[in-house]
Amino acid sequence: MEVLSLSTDSRFVHKIWQEEELSKMVDGGVPFPMLSDAGGKIGRAYGVYDEAAGVDIRGRFIIDPDGVIRAMEVLTPEVGRNVDELLRQVKAFQHVVKTGEVTPSGWQPGTPTLKPGPSLVGKVWKEWQPRIIYK
Amino acid sequence: MSEPKDSCVQPARGIIGKPPSADIPATPAQEVNVELARVGQKAPDFEAGAYFGGGFKNVRLSDYAGKWVVICFYPGDFTFV
Repeated sequence: MEVLSLSTDSRFVHKIWQEEELSKMVDGGVPFPMLSDAGGKIGRAYGVYDEAAGVDIRGRFIIDPDGVIRAMEVLTPEVGRNVDELLRQVKAFQHVVKTGEVTPSGWQPGTPTLKPGPSLVGKVWKEWQPRIIYK
Repeated sequence: MSEPKDSCVQPARGIIGKPPSADIPATPAQEVNVELARVGQKAPDFEAGAYFGGGFKNVRLSDYAGKWVVICFYPGDFTFV
């Protein structure tokens, strides 16, 4: 999985942020390219550019190997994201693409998946219960 | 400045739309005329200047074809969340 981060800051500001702050939070600094979306042109295409504030709000997009957007999450700036949930979704999409199975609510690697078909109609309760996840 | 991949000076192209047809001259408006991002649809391609590995280079989303990619927008460097 590759990560790209984007904000409207210049790449020069990204450099100093990495050196002055991020490298003190993450050993060696963040290991992915930090992109400059100067003017918000990219954020506009992704529906996350705040015209009034002139910045990209928090938005993250999971893109599959065919270049198709599989998931998006957009938040107002006050609340940070949850990396565990991001990784769970990436693993779920990777599993789905590989196996053709589908993953029920709250799925984690190793927990049951579902195989859609006529015999599963009305029988999901036999295969999957919320207590599997939320015990 | 001899390093060709170093984009310290050269601006990136931003959003990369469908190439304009041959008989209509390209305009900036046409270049940014792309579909809004939606789940289940192709991600809008883009090129942006980036800081990575101690240097500067231009990064294009389509360079990552064949890989799972997560792109994260955020309001600004040195902000608090």
